[in-house]
Amino acid sequence: MKEIRTIMGMPAKIEIIDSNATKEVFEEIFNYLISIDEHFSTYKKNSEITLYNEGKIAEKDLSSDMKKVFKLSQETKDQTDGFFDIKYNGKIDPSGLVKGWAIYNASEILRKKGFKNFYVEIAGDIEVVGLNNEGEKWAIGIRNPFNKKENVKIVYLSNCGIATSGTYERGDHIYNPKEKKLAKEIASLTIIGPNIYEADRFVSACFAMGKAGVYFIEKLSGFEGYMIDHDGIATFTSNFEKYVKNN
Amino acid sequence: MKKFVLSLFVIVSFGFYVIYQNMGNSSVSFTAPVVANNTTKKLSKKTIANTSSVPVQDNSSTQVAVVPVITPSKKTGIYNDGEYIGDSVDAYYGYVQVKAVITNGRLTDVVFLNYPQDRSTSVRINSRTMPILKQEAITAQSANVNGVSGASETSPAFMKSLASALSQAKV
Repeated sequence: MKEIRTIMGMPAKIEIIDSNATKEVFEEIFNYLISIDEHFSTYKKNSEITLYNEGKIAEKDLSSDMKKVFKLSQETKDQTDGFFDIKYNGKIDPSGLVKGWAIYNASEILRKKGFKNFYVEIAGDIEVVGLNNEGEKWAIGIRNPFNKKENVKIVYLSNCGIATSGTYERGDHIYNPKEKKLAKEIASLTIIGPNIYEADRFVSACFAMGKAGVYFIEKLSGFEGYMIDHDGIATFTSNFEKYVKNN
Repeated sequence: MKKFVLSLFVIVSFGFYVIYQNMGNSSVSFTAPVVANNTTKKLSKKTIANTSSVPVQDNSSTQVAVVPVITPSKKTGIYNDGEYIGDSVDAYYGYVQVKAVITNGRLTDVVFLNYPQDRSTSVRINSRTMPILKQEAITAQSANVNGVSGASETSPAFMKSLASALSQAKV
């Protein structure tokens, strides 16, 4: 079973291969993702994060989810030498981490229900567990940053997360908190990690590092990266190619 | 003697370059090691199928950051072939020592003999001395996929616009 809905203004796709999947399960997962959006969307007037940024909610009164995300954000900032930072123009915007965290939590709900083969995606950030409907690893394309209808690489994944940051045609949208300017040294960066939370939080930070980002990933054990520069040249980590073979 | 002067020039200019990079710019400014030139040249160069929109340039253009080290803009002209070991230079975050390799009168390789690795603060800066990663020109793939990983196309402006539209749409 699979279903696509729009959440957080983005397409969210869930596919469960196991035969015991029901409509209710899909409903529960989509509702969970919607509730996260209600709390964390900086575009919603009455979201918890907006009210906090406007000083209408005190830090001590924040929900446990919000406190958790703040804590994880600080942890990620420390681990990336400040390249990940949820503070922007005096406001807090944890969206660089929340999407991956939400997908990860949704996957955890499915895992706890006993599902063993499934796929959860929000706008290009994906968690894959087990195998696809053909009993093979999930085949995931890495989108061409210069032509969104094309893939430039196919990776075969199981039990891991994949996230991509890029500039694409809508223009640069990743902020480099260290230099206080938009990051635009590279066209796209994809990270494959042990789960989507890990892949997503590092991809924003590493994209902001520019060409050095892929070297940062090289040093992270359990992570692989594929960086594409503006000349259409890809640089990838030393074990990335293990994902290119389908076996 | 000529060799000595030349190696001194290479070493000193590299030293200044390293220092300049670390003084003038606190964030990462990654310099691809020259070694990459050799590595990339060995890779077969494929053009991008079905994609005229992707500019593929000569590999040498991806290594531009190295140019300040080697530009023989003055009298230097042609180098003497050989390998030249530089001094150990204090680059503020530790000592760096390199070996320059000249082939056919051109700087073809810079090997890092020593670089700081004992301090965690150096981890990021060290990225330029990491092992050479593999490179390839991107090519369109036609295999079927279960999903596609790409940056979300939602821009802040799009999201704001959507949110305001939705708030108006609210009953």
